[in-house]
Amino acid sequence: MPEYSLKINGKKLKVDVSEDTPLLWVLRDHLNLTGTKYGCGIAQCGACTIHVDGMPTRSCISPVTLGIGKEITTIEGLSENGDHPVQKAWDAIDVPQCGFCQSGQMMTASALLKENPNPNDEEISMAMSAHICRCGTYHRINDAVKLAAKIQKQ
Amino acid sequence: MKNNRRDFLKNMLLTSGALVVGFKTMAAENAQIIDLNSLGDELLSNAFLTIDSQNVITIFSPNPEIGQGIKTAFAVIVAEELDVDWEKVVVKQADLDTKRFERQLTGGSGAIKHSWERLRKAGAAGKYALVQAAAKKWNVSANSLKTEKGKVINEKGESLTYGELVNLAVGVTLPADIPLKSTKDFTLIGKTIKSVDNKAVLTGKAIFGMDYKVPGMLYAQVIRSKSFGQKLVDFDASEALKIDGIISVKSFGDKIAVIGKSNWPIMKARKLVKINWSAEKELESDEMHNRIFSDLMVNGKFETRRKDGDVEQAFKDAHKIIEAEYQCPFLSHSPMEPMNFFADVKSDSVKLVGPTQTPQSAQNQVSKLLNIPVENITVDLTKMGGGFGRRLNNDYALEAAEVSALAKAPIKLQWTREDDMNGGIYRPAVRYKFKASLDKAGNVTGFMLKGVGLNAGNSTRQDNFPVGAIDNVLVESVDYKSDITTGPWRAPITNFLAYAEQAFIDEIAFAVGKDPVKLRLELLKKAQEMPVGKITYEPARFEKVITTVAERAKWGNAKKGIHQGFSVYFSHNSYVAQIAEVELKKGKPSLKKVFAVTDCGIVINQSGARNQIYGAIVDGLGHAMYGNLNFENGAPKQTNFDQYRMIKFNEVPEIDAYFVDNGIDPTGLGEPALPPTGGALANAIFKATGKRLYKQPFAMEDEKVAEIL
Repeated sequence: MPEYSLKINGKKLKVDVSEDTPLLWVLRDHLNLTGTKYGCGIAQCGACTIHVDGMPTRSCISPVTLGIGKEITTIEGLSENGDHPVQKAWDAIDVPQCGFCQSGQMMTASALLKENPNPNDEEISMAMSAHICRCGTYHRINDAVKLAAKIQKQ
Repeated sequence: MKNNRRDFLKNMLLTSGALVVGFKTMAAENAQIIDLNSLGDELLSNAFLTIDSQNVITIFSPNPEIGQGIKTAFAVIVAEELDVDWEKVVVKQADLDTKRFERQLTGGSGAIKHSWERLRKAGAAGKYALVQAAAKKWNVSANSLKTEKGKVINEKGESLTYGELVNLAVGVTLPADIPLKSTKDFTLIGKTIKSVDNKAVLTGKAIFGMDYKVPGMLYAQVIRSKSFGQKLVDFDASEALKIDGIISVKSFGDKIAVIGKSNWPIMKARKLVKINWSAEKELESDEMHNRIFSDLMVNGKFETRRKDGDVEQAFKDAHKIIEAEYQCPFLSHSPMEPMNFFADVKSDSVKLVGPTQTPQSAQNQVSKLLNIPVENITVDLTKMGGGFGRRLNNDYALEAAEVSALAKAPIKLQWTREDDMNGGIYRPAVRYKFKASLDKAGNVTGFMLKGVGLNAGNSTRQDNFPVGAIDNVLVESVDYKSDITTGPWRAPITNFLAYAEQAFIDEIAFAVGKDPVKLRLELLKKAQEMPVGKITYEPARFEKVITTVAERAKWGNAKKGIHQGFSVYFSHNSYVAQIAEVELKKGKPSLKKVFAVTDCGIVINQSGARNQIYGAIVDGLGHAMYGNLNFENGAPKQTNFDQYRMIKFNEVPEIDAYFVDNGIDPTGLGEPALPPTGGALANAIFKATGKRLYKQPFAMEDEKVAEIL
């Protein structure tokens, strides 16, 4: 199998996988970065969202080749100490119930806030409505995105 | 204090510098101190709490955490009685230990009710022993000492940490009745407390079942027949085996396991396995289900679930009769983490690790399956990406064990989303026929409920309101044995029955020109003053949530253009009343707000409790509106979230959640706020549009309401 060199969370890593292997499984099964979750495999639920050059990307449908030469960030690399404004806000609002979808939710929220530090309700809704939270934590996600925007400014 | 004998505390004081408090549940007759050095680490890791000489206080939560917040709530209860600094407490999920814990499962919203007193006693026992130790050291009376944030403090203001006292606590005997705090002295219970798992979850470090790995582990996925009722004839895996990373393809029963080094090659390979399936009888379909339902509703051999008075006579004498039929489809649980489990089967032992709501049952079933004694089977619990009842059934854990035995290797068995949605154990499809007889004055004189289910068991809840408030009642059910497998789904049966019942009571109210809230209050007054037969609910608590929600939502005085629908339900020992508000904009209904008032007794953790109310309402709305599995040729048509619609961020209404905290011992919250939701929505839709909805999902029943969320 071909060897691919990827830059993930600032580190250069090598993997031997077939060229069609989705980044999701590269991260989870080969690099032990299991914070990125498998939920549907067809880009419907958002649990697998990562950043590829800062863009929120569904890793379950993105082949490994898409990541070559790009900066990949996963939930493990969102911050060094778990203190990204989004992580702080998610904790302060106590968003998670089961927590499974939240890495993906936070990756989308952090990408949104980087591009748009002052999102209005509609912009938050547009970004976050592409995710499924089966526990129904949507109200708190909304509160947390707004709080993260405030923390980000400090 | 009931069950004193079974509840009995055994205090366990280690000589090696740790205090351990646990319960001996099986045979303890007397409190005793035993030398635990001989028992070693096994006990240490499975007690309710440990305190070591470094003052590290660890609280263990025995029940599986699926997102209902039990891990935090349990620890809060222990910490409250122990008087420790919450910020410094370490909380761990305990693994299965049938010797130490009772009812180590998550189901029926029953954990808090079951464990409330046990957990308080565990915390109080620890505190008692430490205070006695300090009294001895200072040579003062224990009564002169107080405790605060993990320290014992004397009258001079001197203090010792619990860690410093642990060694001295050896030898303390516990009294039969450990003194518990008065609820008014609670400093932690009832506060807003964040989940103890936040840090791990929010950094991606939490280990869910899917994330658990060991060196040398292989991955496996299982191919099951798409159609319920099919058998495996034979298969050809030659093409699949050519995929790089595939190790073997093996059948077991009517399933085929594809085993490999990682998930992606397996996903590709399983599509290449050529399989012949056979069926001996007609494969099920929506059309067949319709036929069965229609036939059984008329000709079914109904089992009587409850009979009060003379319902036939009541209907003969009726001034008016109202009847309605309600229908609901099969539903998938679809927790965000699809089913998966780890198993390492050796010749005479098994290690199981993963997400299950019933670890003990997994242990027993695997023991039977592989003929290995339960003592040699361990079950460790990971974090779980939701459950909603799906993980009460251990079919996937058994598959993992079976495949590990076949492969002679540690196996991580992973279901895809399609496997999860098409793999069965669904919420059963059910239909209800309600009939009510009314006298001239509009009083309900008779009430009939017929439930027809497909693998639903008893599809009624025969003792639930309004039973107990009506003189003549007949509740009966009939069940069809379908090939489609079913299981409990969050608030089993009542997740749909409550909607049907609350919509029907609304229909009665409008038929007799009574206010829907007043009608319920009248019925409850009757149940309070002259209950008919056995009742399982407390009318006064019911009444309180009803009147409180009516006040909060200004029932009857809503703003112009706002149409309110009311619903209330008692399930899993908690009471929840709801009012949904629908606004008509250019003739199109839109759900704006849901008020919920809950009586679950004492609220342990405001944050966790509110999360459950919000979550259950969102869940209830989403599934009432969209949840649907259609069948054709024995297989569900919906295979993934592109076809099986889940409620999303932009669809949730404002929610007002309020708790009637009456100081009564707490009951569960994982389920009770879901059942009333569909009824509140349906009744508000009727108020706004004049149309009664009799079938879920509502979005398919009436396109005018398809975009109400």
